[in-house]
Amino acid sequence: MSANQYDAIVIGAGHNGLVAAAYLARAGKKVVILERREVVGGAAMTEEIFPGYRFTEFSYVVSLLRPEIIRDLELPKHGLKILPLPSTVTPLDNGDYLGSWDDHDLTRQEVYRHSPKDAEAYDEYSRVMARAAKAIKPIISMVPPDPSSLSPRDLLGMLKLGKYARSLSEKELYRIAKLVTQSSADLLDEWFEFDPLKGTKSASGIIGTFLGPRSPGTAYVLLHHYMGEIDGAFRAWGFAKNGTGGVSAAIASSARALGVEIRTNAPVEKVIVKSGRAAGVALQNGDELRAKIVLSAADPKRTFLQFVEDKHLPDEFTQAVRSFRVRGSSGKVNIALNALPDFTCLPGEGPLHRGAISISPSIDYIERAYDEAKYGQFAKNPYIDMIIPSMIDRDMAPPGHHVMSCFVQYAPYDLEGGWDDAKRDAFGETVISTIEKYAPNIRQCIVGKQVITPKDIERIAGITGGNIFHGELLLHQLFFFRPAPQWADFRTPLPGYYFGAAGAHPGGGVMGAPGKLAAEAVLKDEG
Amino acid sequence: MFELKRTPFHERTSRLSLPQNWRRWAGYIVVGSYDLLLDREYWAIRDAAALIDITPLMKYIIEGPDAAKLLHRMTPRDVLKMAVGQVFYTGWCDDDGKLLDDGTISRLAETKFRLTSAEPSLRWLAMNAVGMDVTITEVTDQVAALSLQGPKSRTILNKVCAKSLDKLKFFRLMETKLAGIPVTISRTGYTGDLGYEIWMPAEKALTVWDALIEAGHDYGIVPCGILAMDMARVEAGLFMIDVDYTATNHAWIPGQKSTPFEMGLGWTVALDKPGYFVGRRALEREHKEGSAWKLVGLEVEWEGLEKLYASVGLPPQIPGMAIRASLPVLYDGEQIGYASTSTWSPVLKKYIALAHVQRPYYEAGTPVRMEVTVEHHRLHALATVVKTPFYEPEWKKK
Repeated sequence: MSANQYDAIVIGAGHNGLVAAAYLARAGKKVVILERREVVGGAAMTEEIFPGYRFTEFSYVVSLLRPEIIRDLELPKHGLKILPLPSTVTPLDNGDYLGSWDDHDLTRQEVYRHSPKDAEAYDEYSRVMARAAKAIKPIISMVPPDPSSLSPRDLLGMLKLGKYARSLSEKELYRIAKLVTQSSADLLDEWFEFDPLKGTKSASGIIGTFLGPRSPGTAYVLLHHYMGEIDGAFRAWGFAKNGTGGVSAAIASSARALGVEIRTNAPVEKVIVKSGRAAGVALQNGDELRAKIVLSAADPKRTFLQFVEDKHLPDEFTQAVRSFRVRGSSGKVNIALNALPDFTCLPGEGPLHRGAISISPSIDYIERAYDEAKYGQFAKNPYIDMIIPSMIDRDMAPPGHHVMSCFVQYAPYDLEGGWDDAKRDAFGETVISTIEKYAPNIRQCIVGKQVITPKDIERIAGITGGNIFHGELLLHQLFFFRPAPQWADFRTPLPGYYFGAAGAHPGGGVMGAPGKLAAEAVLKDEG
Repeated sequence: MFELKRTPFHERTSRLSLPQNWRRWAGYIVVGSYDLLLDREYWAIRDAAALIDITPLMKYIIEGPDAAKLLHRMTPRDVLKMAVGQVFYTGWCDDDGKLLDDGTISRLAETKFRLTSAEPSLRWLAMNAVGMDVTITEVTDQVAALSLQGPKSRTILNKVCAKSLDKLKFFRLMETKLAGIPVTISRTGYTGDLGYEIWMPAEKALTVWDALIEAGHDYGIVPCGILAMDMARVEAGLFMIDVDYTATNHAWIPGQKSTPFEMGLGWTVALDKPGYFVGRRALEREHKEGSAWKLVGLEVEWEGLEKLYASVGLPPQIPGMAIRASLPVLYDGEQIGYASTSTWSPVLKKYIALAHVQRPYYEAGTPVRMEVTVEHHRLHALATVVKTPFYEPEWKKK
């Protein structure tokens, strides 16, 4: 067997690619994974942008990493540690704050301070959402069947789905139907009266979408946040040691131990097609690698429109991929600090610094931010989700110094007039001045700053459109629609070519499920 | 905001507790026990007087022309028939007849009630009060509460109260002054003994505490934590939410839910009362068809237990406190239920438990077996299904 002959080639060493490669190697395949950059991790990446300050550059929390992946790939043995991120604090414009802690009684007491009614609704809401998540989870964990197909596999899938749906109570079914169609604002208005609470809750319904809290379908995205609740002790919600790059490093280490060859600085030019089948990959440097199986963990646009020539794929399919929405809507500002930012609402170092800090005073605030993005502007008053990784993992910054990760929405990929350095600076400045309203000393603490626009996400992480989920979590882009009708089972119209990244079912987040499910599809076909 | 609430008695209770074993209760911390062993506190309940801080109970004032109507609709009891000064114990359900919570209703005046509950109930009250002329106010933090339980409790209260309690009947309440402080006293409790609960303004709490401790000195008053009370309440056949049953809105699966009939609260379900109440249809159906299981008492047979332990050369080892562990209950080798709380009863000298038992094994007198762990081996001791309360002194209602 020649050096460049493999059983399977995986394109893209993001966490999904690494997971897919590891599972294939675990089944005895000879696997190589090709990464365009000099480092692995994709958007689950930690980099030392300023000496001593390590940024969890793009994704910054782990919420849904599948327990079976943690077990199968023995990730704890390879260094995976999920550290607690116990709270969310929303600073308010009147100098007060709204907190939610990891303790039920403390949270109740805190919400009660603002609204006794909401304090009780909060309990009930959390339980109802967790139960709905429990009800919908088996659907998410399955390979989506194609409802229009008569193949035994799809019929069996539809049968399983139908059988499962019948096992749910009437109440659960109605609740799910409502969640899937409702806007997060409508859902939250049914439960709560306190604006900052609604604003903060609604924020998790818009992350990664180009929608506002009043857009239908956003309630479903809220539900995604409760999925982790039901993994019990395995629940992996928190901050990964060494940032999300730490997750990638653990998976890469496991993959290597299983025999996966990882090639960095190896951008892919084309998938080689022979006799109507994927037969290998041509690199941009001219090298050719051969394998019967090629699995792409890049985004759907690259996977189907760039790596494969149009003539190898049906028009209808490429058309569906072309219209798949991947509008990037968020940016990141990563900050190196020589001291902790002091928040007016809770002066001094305190528990708020160990959790998330959310700038989300109301639904209107976030909806207005969306309005600007709709018409090609970045939000002048953006929603910001901050964490201070160095308060959770002391190895992220030099002693006494800190790093801060700010997720910012909205920042449209298609900015009016296009993104340039001046606009990137203006965007960064907007974020700093927004934080400054609540933490007046922030500017003095800054020793370095990295501003990332959707264009930068595309340029650095290689995600078309800069959408953090490789494609928005819209109803018409989920389940058997993801990434294209009839092709949601990780196979593609090109035999031997597979697809397993966030643009496939069940979607984005540092979850690893698409990579695992795609590898399983390969192994099933291989027999 | 980063600590749990303290009751208005904290200044006293925190100094008196030797083991400093704080327990969480509805967002507060309260003393688990004051002594290093529970014996003294337990025996104060059964033989003298025990003073227990029960402030964390959720308390609501329901006032207005429709106040009675609201509680009549929300609970299965016939609240319209309730006299002023009367107290009802009750559970309340969702519309499937499944228990949400349990507590007491006190009729303070014609149009004024106090509801106590274990879980926050503002939302449920408000949902049921739509369209009614009623105001609902939570007073959990404003009203401090002490429970004085034990055969000497009346004597002690008579020493410090402006009015005599001699005529106050079981599950009735009165207003009086205690050491000059206006209080409401109800003849209620969670121990199955003679006992009273004293409701007072939070800011006067310490005055009342000090007066009771002083007046009770010669009668053996003992500050008592919730661990000793937990033993007494099992003897009294009283269950606890989220220990002996799961509140419907906390349940993950239908099997975790309970109905009042299953929990032995059939006597609180007034199916003959006029009008709709929440859960009525489901409860009517269950009343007709019978319950699938029931919460019953179990008495473990001592001789059988002795034999099990004798096989390893030990006398029976029973923990000296109530145990909230699920213990399988078997009939003919098949599991037919589980004990949710078990305890040694010092006053009865028996090992007893509250247990969920399936039909038809819940009839009194049924011989079953309950799991006991003997030297790390799980064995099954003979036990008998009995009616609760296990213990009911003649002075409880007298």
